[in-house]
Amino acid sequence: MTPTASAADTAPKTYAWEIRAGGLRVRVGRKKMAVDGLDLCLGIGTHGLLGPNGAGKTTLIRTLATVLRPTEGELELLGTSVGGMVDHRALRRRIGYLPQDFGYYKRFTVREFVEYMAWLKEVPKADVPGAVQRAVERVGLADRADHRMKTLSGGMVRRVGIAQAIVNDPAVLLLDEPTAGLDPAQRLRFRELLQELGRDTCVVVSTHLVEDVAAACSDVVLFADGRLVFQGTPDDLAAAGGPEYPGDSPLERGYSALLRNSGQQGGTW
Amino acid sequence: MSTDHASMRLIDEYAVGDVTMAADTVWALEAHLETCAPCRSRLAACVATEAPGIAALVDTVRAGLEPQLDAAGRAAPSRRHRPRWVSSWLTPGMTPWLAMTVVVTLMALLLDAVASPSFFGDASPVLLIAPVLPLCGVAASWSRGLDPAHELTASTARAGLPLLLRRTTAVLVVVLPGLLVGGWLTGTMTAAQWLLPSLAFTSTALALGSVVGVTRAATGLAVAWGVVVVVPAWATGHVPLALRLVLQPDQLPGWGLLLALGIGAVIARRNAYSTL
Repeated sequence: MTPTASAADTAPKTYAWEIRAGGLRVRVGRKKMAVDGLDLCLGIGTHGLLGPNGAGKTTLIRTLATVLRPTEGELELLGTSVGGMVDHRALRRRIGYLPQDFGYYKRFTVREFVEYMAWLKEVPKADVPGAVQRAVERVGLADRADHRMKTLSGGMVRRVGIAQAIVNDPAVLLLDEPTAGLDPAQRLRFRELLQELGRDTCVVVSTHLVEDVAAACSDVVLFADGRLVFQGTPDDLAAAGGPEYPGDSPLERGYSALLRNSGQQGGTW
Repeated sequence: MSTDHASMRLIDEYAVGDVTMAADTVWALEAHLETCAPCRSRLAACVATEAPGIAALVDTVRAGLEPQLDAAGRAAPSRRHRPRWVSSWLTPGMTPWLAMTVVVTLMALLLDAVASPSFFGDASPVLLIAPVLPLCGVAASWSRGLDPAHELTASTARAGLPLLLRRTTAVLVVVLPGLLVGGWLTGTMTAAQWLLPSLAFTSTALALGSVVGVTRAATGLAVAWGVVVVVPAWATGHVPLALRLVLQPDQLPGWGLLLALGIGAVIARRNAYSTL
């Protein structure tokens, strides 16, 4: 079954970037600014969001998923301004989001869970069974579709999470540490899926695995202390490092070089 | 859709497959065949008469695939453990809370039957807890801590007031009939005495929820009511007179006003619910 193009797919785009942030600040808790003055433009493609622990990656992804409200600055998703007291309904229909630790209902089967998520995302009722089947097949869980969630391994649960994120054919797909818990073979398959999705979708993948970025991303966003440190292709990232910087691969050396030059204090770890 | 069909000659050539057809012709013909049942049936007839070799090949492939297709077809209609509409009104996370509400109602009824009348005066315990009874369910209906899939739900299109109202309705549908039956069984209270207060408390919880979060608002209200009822009852040995007066039928306009205020506040802040 091939998905047919809807009017929304063929309508001309009236925005330059899928994600555009200007001076974005997001406060977490009482005083911590997890995202602190971020300017970022992301278009179609797979964008790897790299950064040390605590850099604010998860907060940024949650803000992009409209779960958190921006404290200051502007954020536009698919040409719609986010924040304030506006209804995000139409925008949210076109967002896919996989949180870092996502909870699920243990007694639901894979199909029931993805169906439930499709219902929450307002996928038209007639399209739900087809969309669910497609999403489950894309993550390679077709043979497990009628198994309960609690019988699945960690990697499979992760793949169900990816399936629910893509079930509504999102225009902006936000994945927070999607490769955690996947074995090497699944990770390879997942990278292929990412490349496939990145052809017509704006995919943002937060990860701390530099090799994921090298293999699957067309664009790297390096993020530290709530600020943008670097944005460019994986090759640019590799070119930024030299042999004097720590790391096992050119990308890792570029990563440490950029972080060090940005004034990140590494600490003992 | 075009009413033009492929010519018989074209279909013949395609079926036999000997003559080299131009690639664009094949492409156009296949595109047409995908959408045109009459032409497909002519092709099928053609294959059967003109190209027995192909027909045999197709049959062999089908015979080989049939067992697998049957197996797949049998598995496809999923074992459905719960009807789909249930999960659109309730989350599994809410079930224990609703069960608890029902248990609390039953215990209040029991208490009503066995407690000494002097302790509660003329107020029945069911009547005293009825206003805050739906709040347990409401607290669980939109809660980060109690709903495992909350983070996922919060980013979806349905998140917001409509979903919250749906779940609140589900809570009321479970709780109110329970109270109605309870009131009728004990005969100590009329529906008017507790219905408006409990609706008023529910709407106030939702309204406050747009500011501090639904769970916090609901638990806060329930605790406040508990303090107002239980502490004086503990200290003095009987429920304060003022409280009993508050729940008398002549106080209904006050509860009605609270309900209206709550609903008004919910409507005014309807967009605040989408990012709670």
